[in-house]
Amino acid sequence: MINRKTAPDFRPIENIHLIRPEHKKLTNGCDVFCFNSGDQGLVRIEWIFHNLRFDPAKPLLNMAVNTMLTDGTHTLSASEIADKIDFYGAFLSVDYGFEQSLVTLYSLTKHLDKTLPVVKDILTDSIFPQKELETFIRNQQQKLQVSLQKNDVVARRTFNKALYGNTIYGLTPDADDYKTLQREDMLVHFKHMYQPSNCTLIIAGKVEQDTLDLLTGTFDNAWASTTIAADITQPNIAHSPEHFYFVEKPEVLQSAIRMGLPFINREHPDFPAVQVLNTVLGGYFGSRLMNNIREDKGYTYGIGSGISSFKQGGALFIVTEVGADFCKAAIIEIEKEVELLKTAIIPDEELSLVRNYMLGSLLGSLENVFSHADKFKNLYFSEMGYDYYDRYTEVVKTVTAGELLILANQYLDFAQFYKVIVGKY
Amino acid sequence: MVKFNRFILNNGLRVIVHEDSTTPMAVVNILYDVGSRDENPEQTGFAHLFEHLMFGGSVNIPNYDGPLQQVGGENNAFTSNDITNYYITLPSANLETAFWLESDRMLNLAFNEKSLEVQRNVVVEEFKQRYLNQPYGDVWLRLRPLVYKKHPYLWDTIGKNIEHIENAKIEDVKAFFKKHYNPQNAIMVVGGDVKFEQVKELAEKWFGPIPPGEKYYRDLPQEPEQHEVRRETVTAKVPLNDVYIALQMPGRREKEFYAVELMADILSRGNSSRMYRNLVKEKQLFSEVHAYVLGSLDKGMFVLEGKPIAGISVEDAEAALWNEVEQLKNHEVPADELTKVQHKTESTMIFSEMSLLDKGMNLAYYELIGDAELLNHETEKFLAVTPAQIKEEANKLFRKDNSSTLIYLAEQ
Repeated sequence: MINRKTAPDFRPIENIHLIRPEHKKLTNGCDVFCFNSGDQGLVRIEWIFHNLRFDPAKPLLNMAVNTMLTDGTHTLSASEIADKIDFYGAFLSVDYGFEQSLVTLYSLTKHLDKTLPVVKDILTDSIFPQKELETFIRNQQQKLQVSLQKNDVVARRTFNKALYGNTIYGLTPDADDYKTLQREDMLVHFKHMYQPSNCTLIIAGKVEQDTLDLLTGTFDNAWASTTIAADITQPNIAHSPEHFYFVEKPEVLQSAIRMGLPFINREHPDFPAVQVLNTVLGGYFGSRLMNNIREDKGYTYGIGSGISSFKQGGALFIVTEVGADFCKAAIIEIEKEVELLKTAIIPDEELSLVRNYMLGSLLGSLENVFSHADKFKNLYFSEMGYDYYDRYTEVVKTVTAGELLILANQYLDFAQFYKVIVGKY
Repeated sequence: MVKFNRFILNNGLRVIVHEDSTTPMAVVNILYDVGSRDENPEQTGFAHLFEHLMFGGSVNIPNYDGPLQQVGGENNAFTSNDITNYYITLPSANLETAFWLESDRMLNLAFNEKSLEVQRNVVVEEFKQRYLNQPYGDVWLRLRPLVYKKHPYLWDTIGKNIEHIENAKIEDVKAFFKKHYNPQNAIMVVGGDVKFEQVKELAEKWFGPIPPGEKYYRDLPQEPEQHEVRRETVTAKVPLNDVYIALQMPGRREKEFYAVELMADILSRGNSSRMYRNLVKEKQLFSEVHAYVLGSLDKGMFVLEGKPIAGISVEDAEAALWNEVEQLKNHEVPADELTKVQHKTESTMIFSEMSLLDKGMNLAYYELIGDAELLNHETEKFLAVTPAQIKEEANKLFRKDNSSTLIYLAEQ
């Protein structure tokens, strides 16, 4: 008979190997990073641009210009762009983030000679046709109406506005903001932002020399920067003095809760250790918040916490949707869990579990060559080197419960939390 | 091309091994051949509630998640109308922990009252969060009973109503386990940085001693062909009107399935698709439109959906959706357009091979529907579809008397 009561022996995770890219700078100023690995004949190519400085009078420019890059150039209409990409089984997407905007192409390597010229056309020659802009505005306004009926969306908007104020991070567009979009402004914005000196190009997959040659051939000499450098500075974040927000919706079945506070970012030496603290609190399925509020009380389908890291700092946040009758009780339990981190040492067994979970999770997140490129992006855009992950794994393995208690007291002041409730309270 | 080997234990457990040495991780995926279609009509939502209870401790291991997290692993599960699927990813050096955990809960659960009570509450909150407290969240609760009159697809995996979940008893839970959770009704895939012999040894050791249990023979009422127009209009607290048209379609294993799925791609996959181009961009009738299939094993559902823009009546919106499918009925799809959606399907299959977990889930699913090897022949079946077949299937599918229409009217 085998012993089913006792867990099999296991090995802690020792080494985590990260693939590092080859770097090349094109003559037009564009940085190229190349991750070559994998058997499948396919690549992911990302063109990453820093957003331009936020203008409160025209708050949606960064987002709209990025989103409408696939809507037409002098030579290709929106539908021709879509046709060409789709015909070769490729995927072209645009993604707008707080700090950078991306254009991403997934393509079979054998079709790159057909798909790359389309991206080149988009990045050099987009025209944002007036008719497409009108369609975009109308459809966005309609989608916004649906989003605004979702309590979690309203909670996130309210929270971001409170923490980040009138900046690109706090942007919570309403229907009228879309009316500020003008084609002329978009063309100017496009010209300043989407130029090689503001571009980082990352290619990952099976990248042989002729693939790289094709890429650099397409995006080097024929793509020139303008004489005006992109202004990628951002206004300073100002936190709101008001810390409590209750958006009442008397008929809801569940209330959305989002709470948290301004926090340190990845560059701060304490960042890996507070990640451990966050994981204990709400960063995984077995976390204290999940155990207490879902698994013990059954107030919610899910609750979690996280840390976001930006250039100007970060935020720690706790998010959940709870049965409307349990809202007050849930908040009391959240406070208890935060206080407990400050008053009681994390037991060895729990800390050991969290260490192993975090290292396993890091290892597991390196699923394929694309994930290695993603890890690089985290570092590169925080202006940090690969020693960050060495330090991260070291801290996760060695930080003591005593040190975590001190950090909890230093960083987690529940009275200073911004608290947003949408629904019943 | 996903390579694999397989063996069957004496108790009937089917095991598939996919070696992939490019990753330091392993995946263990266990598919149980039970979904919400196997539920008693008076106890719906049970397969899914049961999935939650599978994490409430087993006969020898009081806590499922902790020991897995302790070795750097993660897990999750999902329930559909057809299957319940559990998966673990963990560092391959600790593979045995996954065998220990999964075999114990296949052997027997702890059946603890507290766990049942809490998970009932959690699932009730899930019901509220995903189905009741969202605009349009109850669409499947309304649409399924229109499309299905006999087959148990007429209820959603979450259940017909909250009361069914609230009334679940521990005896029901035990009976459900006995009926469905045994080696004969399961398929296990082990993939990643593993070796065939190692997996065989571990499987014999941990799963070999589990009694085979009783084989469950499925005998579900089949849905008769639809020959009537069905519709429902609901006025709800939603911001915009919304039109859903659902049509009965062939099940996942039918040869016609491939042409029907490509039809959905032609209509609405990506910005070059017909409905997006004609209805959103050119005629400007909708802010968004979708066409998709629910790939159920028994008779499935083809769904057309669109939110008309302000000022467009739902009648006009409905007519515009029908007009698009009429084109498919009356004209063969140009060869280039068909090639386009076939290419897209082909590259999607290749991209999915970048994910170990996807490969594990896919192998288990294709084994269930006949043979894991079918996964490697899926692309050719899509590539073999002809314009004539598409036209033929369109004519079978898009009949008014095969349609169930659900209209949401925004409360003014």
